Amino acid sequence: MTSKTLFDKIWDAHVVKEVEGGPNVLYIDRHFIHEVTSPVAFLGLKNRGLKVFRPNQTTATPDHNVPTINQHIAVKDELSRTQLEMLKANCTEHGIVHHDLGSEGHGVVHIIGPEMGLTQPGMTIVCGDSHTSTHGAFGAIAFGIGTSEVEMVLASQCIMQPKPKKMRISVNGKLAEGVTAKDIALYIISQISTSGGTGHFIEYTGSAIKSLSMEGRMTLCNLSIECGARGGMIAPDETTFEYVKGRKYAPKGAEWDKAVEKWKELKSDDDAVFDTELTFDAADIEPMITYGTNPGMGMGITQKIPTTDRMVGSDKTSFEKSLQYMGYNAGEAIKGKPVDYVFLGSCTNGRIEDFRAFTNFVKGKKKAPNVTVWLVPGSKQVEKQIREEGLVEILEEAGFKLRQPGCSACLAMNDDKIPSGKYSVSTSNRNFEGRQGPGARTLLASPLTAAAAAVTGVISDPRELK
Amino acid sequence: MAYDKFSTITSPAVPLTIENVDTDQIIPARFLKAIERKGFGDNLFRDWRFEKDGSEKAGFPINNKKYSGKILVAGKNFGSGSSREHAAWAIYDYGFRVVVSSFFADIFKGNALNNGLLPVVVTPQFLQKIFDAIEKDPDTTFEVNLEKQTFTIKQTGETTDFEINPYKKHCLQNGLDDIDYLVEMQNEIESFEAAK
Repeated sequence: MTSKTLFDKIWDAHVVKEVEGGPNVLYIDRHFIHEVTSPVAFLGLKNRGLKVFRPNQTTATPDHNVPTINQHIAVKDELSRTQLEMLKANCTEHGIVHHDLGSEGHGVVHIIGPEMGLTQPGMTIVCGDSHTSTHGAFGAIAFGIGTSEVEMVLASQCIMQPKPKKMRISVNGKLAEGVTAKDIALYIISQISTSGGTGHFIEYTGSAIKSLSMEGRMTLCNLSIECGARGGMIAPDETTFEYVKGRKYAPKGAEWDKAVEKWKELKSDDDAVFDTELTFDAADIEPMITYGTNPGMGMGITQKIPTTDRMVGSDKTSFEKSLQYMGYNAGEAIKGKPVDYVFLGSCTNGRIEDFRAFTNFVKGKKKAPNVTVWLVPGSKQVEKQIREEGLVEILEEAGFKLRQPGCSACLAMNDDKIPSGKYSVSTSNRNFEGRQGPGARTLLASPLTAAAAAVTGVISDPRELK
Repeated sequence: MAYDKFSTITSPAVPLTIENVDTDQIIPARFLKAIERKGFGDNLFRDWRFEKDGSEKAGFPINNKKYSGKILVAGKNFGSGSSREHAAWAIYDYGFRVVVSSFFADIFKGNALNNGLLPVVVTPQFLQKIFDAIEKDPDTTFEVNLEKQTFTIKQTGETTDFEINPYKKHCLQNGLDDIDYLVEMQNEIESFEAAK
């Protein structure tokens, strides 16, 4: 038998049919839906007179446009409220489990899936959201899809996809103190650009990756889409099994043992061939921050913004347009630049480990008076854990308040918008123009770098503030 | 979703030389609150196209009266970022049927093909030729021949081939979508589930 990558093993086991001269018909084990990319798909089903084919393989929660304060009262924005009501009505009609706003299972879709044990090794997982790549952390093939494809999954539990190429990214060595999974991801994207992974599915490996917690692995896989890849994955190991074990939808008893036996086989064969191989040294990575308007425009926090000397043509024009939007100059240092907002949260960094890191950092310090800080837990469970672990008291003592779960300022579909021209150090995933609100200027960073900005009021190296 | 059958399109083109155009620029998140698929074209490139008061920004190509047509020509890495299919809907709804670039993001490309919008990949050199031709004469027309898989600058006769998956080509030419195909496969899918 020819040797296979981890990706091949899972993909090939899910191909229902290879269409001649076309894509594969791929079977989907788990489907997540939210309020924004599902209504048109349900409408499509209705127009065709179809029912949901496998309702128990789809799970719903509203996250993109929900408010993050006063969730107990009706959502003010009429369009958002309509989308929430539509999601609920569609789920009721088709018998889909729906974790509504305010319920204990509510949260950002990519946070609640793993939390409930719905995300498991070896699965194919899709959602109408590009950060579905998050679930690859468990050794699953997980990727974002468009609304037409959401309709396909609802109608048939399958989608039609050409098989992507395979890339292996190895990060070896030990991460320095103050360097997190977020920094690994921003470092990789800064090296290979926002299109370096296009057409590929990534497998991350190497000692620095294996040492990451599940939360860290999810952050890394989450950001795979930002280098253009459909998704990223990490072979499951004891860290994975330990995380999944005992969760609500995880296999139990003898079923658990059987599952783990199977999951242990989920790794690339020693002589498996990848289309692209990249290797990085963990020692080269320092806390990262972005200075431009795409996630590839990132650098170590002690570095200077690149100069345009060696750029030509449209590369140079695009770079200059980006810096102009940010209000920065080529060649200048970023440390010490003013900060107006700090956002901790999103499917990238809205997990309990992120809140622990932030809280631990600000403990005994005070919020800088010039900074507005939004701390948005990724789910009700994360919120609960923050309270149970006594983090809220520490945060409040330092001048911070906790909000309620949702996607929030990551994409500013709700009221959590950064005002035009203001600078936001954000733990989210995209620094595109206007992403956090029209005219908003976003600097992507880790929860530690965000915490450092929150207490100093300027862009700061978290390693200098221990 | 039904869309118009795609045949040959001959049209001038609108140039958007900027690179890495992400789907947040194509349609900002705050316009994703609709529950039906209509009217997205009004907000295509919203923040690049309009001032805060709703007036048009003079410098943006779409607002420039000298450019028109069913073909959008864009800088490399078009459609990166969010998976929102609204980006493809907005471009189609505005009236474009073809997007040309030297490089597309994966999800956008798939979404476009699922909605009757043809993504045409050309070499960086040919892309520059197209931009140059439009700059020289905004009325330059281009022919997109899906059957032959060719893209031609009519005035100069320069032509290039483009790739498309044969299955997707068939779908575009006939206005078909994948859902019809998958629903007809129900028995095969059930057998697959049983054997898992």
